Amino acid sequence: MLNKVNREIPDNILKDDNYKTFETTEIGNPETTYVAHNVKVTQGDNKLVDSIPDVIAKTGLKNGMTISFHHHFREGDFVFNMVMQEIINEGFQDLTLAPSSLTNVMNDMVIKAIKAGTVSHITSSGMRGELGDFISHGGLKDPVVLRSHGNRARAIENGDIKIDVAFLGVPNADALGNANAIHGDAVFGSMGYSLMDAKYADKVVLLTDTIMPYPNTPASIKQTQVDYVVKVAKVGDPDKIGSGATRFTKDPKELKIAEMVNQVITHSEYFKDGFSFQTGSGGAALAVSRYLRKSMIAKNIKASFALGGITKPTVDLLEEGLVDKILDVQDFDKGAAASMANNENQQEIDSSWYADPYNKGAAVNQLDVCILSALEIDTKFNVNVMTGSDGVLRGAIGGHQDAANAKLTIISAPLVRGRIATVVNDVTTVVTPGDSIDVLVTEVGIAINPKRTDLIAALKNVPGVPVYTIEELQKRAEAVVGKPEPLEFTDRPVALIEYRDGTLIDTVNQVKD
Amino acid sequence: MERLRRTMMFVPGNNPAMIKDAGIYGADSIMFDLEDSVALTEKDTARMLVFEALQNVDYGKSELVVRINGLDTEMGRADIFAMVKAGVQVIRLPKTEDAQDVIDTEKVIEEAEKFFGIEVGRTHMMAAIESAGGVLNAPAIAKASDRLIGIALGAEDYVTMMKTRRYPDGAELAFARNMILHGARAAGIAAFDTVYSDVDNTDGFNHEVEIIHELGFDGKSVINPRQIPLVNAIYAPTEKEIRNAKDVLNAIEEAHKKGSGVISLRGKMVDKPVVARAERTMALAKASNLVDEDGNIYAK
Repeated sequence: MLNKVNREIPDNILKDDNYKTFETTEIGNPETTYVAHNVKVTQGDNKLVDSIPDVIAKTGLKNGMTISFHHHFREGDFVFNMVMQEIINEGFQDLTLAPSSLTNVMNDMVIKAIKAGTVSHITSSGMRGELGDFISHGGLKDPVVLRSHGNRARAIENGDIKIDVAFLGVPNADALGNANAIHGDAVFGSMGYSLMDAKYADKVVLLTDTIMPYPNTPASIKQTQVDYVVKVAKVGDPDKIGSGATRFTKDPKELKIAEMVNQVITHSEYFKDGFSFQTGSGGAALAVSRYLRKSMIAKNIKASFALGGITKPTVDLLEEGLVDKILDVQDFDKGAAASMANNENQQEIDSSWYADPYNKGAAVNQLDVCILSALEIDTKFNVNVMTGSDGVLRGAIGGHQDAANAKLTIISAPLVRGRIATVVNDVTTVVTPGDSIDVLVTEVGIAINPKRTDLIAALKNVPGVPVYTIEELQKRAEAVVGKPEPLEFTDRPVALIEYRDGTLIDTVNQVKD
Repeated sequence: MERLRRTMMFVPGNNPAMIKDAGIYGADSIMFDLEDSVALTEKDTARMLVFEALQNVDYGKSELVVRINGLDTEMGRADIFAMVKAGVQVIRLPKTEDAQDVIDTEKVIEEAEKFFGIEVGRTHMMAAIESAGGVLNAPAIAKASDRLIGIALGAEDYVTMMKTRRYPDGAELAFARNMILHGARAAGIAAFDTVYSDVDNTDGFNHEVEIIHELGFDGKSVINPRQIPLVNAIYAPTEKEIRNAKDVLNAIEEAHKKGSGVISLRGKMVDKPVVARAERTMALAKASNLVDEDGNIYAK
């Protein structure tokens, strides 16, 4: 049946997988019951295990179970490949892989595990590169389930994801499992996403290269949650965990977009003392924080908090006193990760606190301004951050659907990339519904969601910010790059895109070869 | 009123990405280059790219200029014919030595206009002066054709010829700048300053723009879009200048209503040059987003 964003959702998926179709971005006040997890009581002795094979045996891992990992080590992750290789070696079959997301460094191993029959189901925030290609060409029998960070937290609490064993790499831990990510060689700052796994998995295994004396504080993951601790040679490559020193973009087009994003923010009613924002990573986003800083100083405005994936420029705003608090679920660069050790106002938050739609109030609900990117955006303001111009999976939902709940959600994207239009009539895949998007900023000008008449009034006469309708921008993009041939897909779904409340907003089908 | 030409952005004619995006940075003029920035093997490609772009890409209000290869090369004539056909607003001559260069080029342009059935005289010209001889001939060059909208200094070849190099204080260019400026002003056309190639040196660039702004140049050639807001900031009038300009224009309007041509404002005579300066100030204020269409100063 067609859902509210006009996407055909196959009836058999709705029936077989007990799905509802996406209806609304309004979550309301439903009542829900969280699932509990199994606890094997111990007195904390003998948690330290020598090897990965030993710990796999101790966890009681069986065919058909669900295993999880986090992606905080990003492209510097050693843990996933180490553990997964051993699981393949031991011949496990039919496992569900439920990481917080999958980075490129994991791709080859995931494909290997699928081919070996070790992994038969995947749920993730996204996938890229070889793995995205493999899945999009039908490499896995059942469709992967793609969820936002907030939705993963919800799914874990509600039992949609039931983690049997979580394998969590940490930069340090004591022998009982007290761990943080702010000390050690492989620091990554906030442990945000992995905190859900530590809290809800039946068996929690920490893997670290640095065993600390007991008690190891501050403890983000606590000994009360951890079953086993394994010492390995190295958990990650510090140089690839986060980008190094942040360099501001010199790309004039990115700067132009960033400057206009800042104009949109500062001319909105939300730009006042005590406002809050999320900028994300990427060239234009980083540049926005530079322009925003200048505007905040000029107008003597301070922010109450910055949210989300955090970068050094945001930490600089904190240290400069322009931002009171940072609510930090993930750190994108070394500077942001390192500062967490020294800044008590840089608060680590788990992904439920960050963005979960089904708890007693998430941080995204308090957010005033949010800047997000897009691979495509259509004339209904629906955004695709998942499939490329060839229809292949090459992205991640991340916190996109969640943070789009901000009072002012801005998509910053170039009108065209190379020879491919960003602003289109219909996105290939709807990830974030247009209902939650307020303004699109491109290098030629902005388009405002027609339902935001207040923003249209506020932004219609901003010098240097031409306002178009989104249809005009779409036509402009088409005038530059022409009309592409429609993509060809088979009838077979390879990925299900959930909205943050667990309803189905779209499916991705296998591409035709 | 004469159009503003604070910035003329150089865009290599063989770079599709830059050609496609050239219109988004608010350059007063965009100069597509078929000459020095294009290798010999790419000359034909660049000519075709720019030919298509001129007809298909929306460059907003920017004035569109193409620097052609000289008529002494085998490309020069083809460049002129293609650009005239594409409807370019201004053809820029490279390395202009004397008035004859302008006259020769104008002949070919006229030939092309007639060939394509385009109104004769529609294609404007500008001349780049890049040598000692050219500098000395600047006044004659500036008056060589009614099609000329301006002359520009190209400093790289010039300083080499003068056995010097670029210096931060600009002393090496003082004579050339003044010659070109006087030549342009005597002919009633625009004067453009040379490029500043160290794009990451904002202070050095600003210093140079301040020098040419003070001298009276219409604007500067820029090689990176990031230089555009820097030039515009220096050319932006102060709030006091805007208020004064508004007073002058209001006073003159009052005087016109009363049928008088000459008036005084706060004890000073307001004559034609004062009015012209006030009009330019208001045009700059509008272009700098300091006032709205009606001349009201935007609230800070």
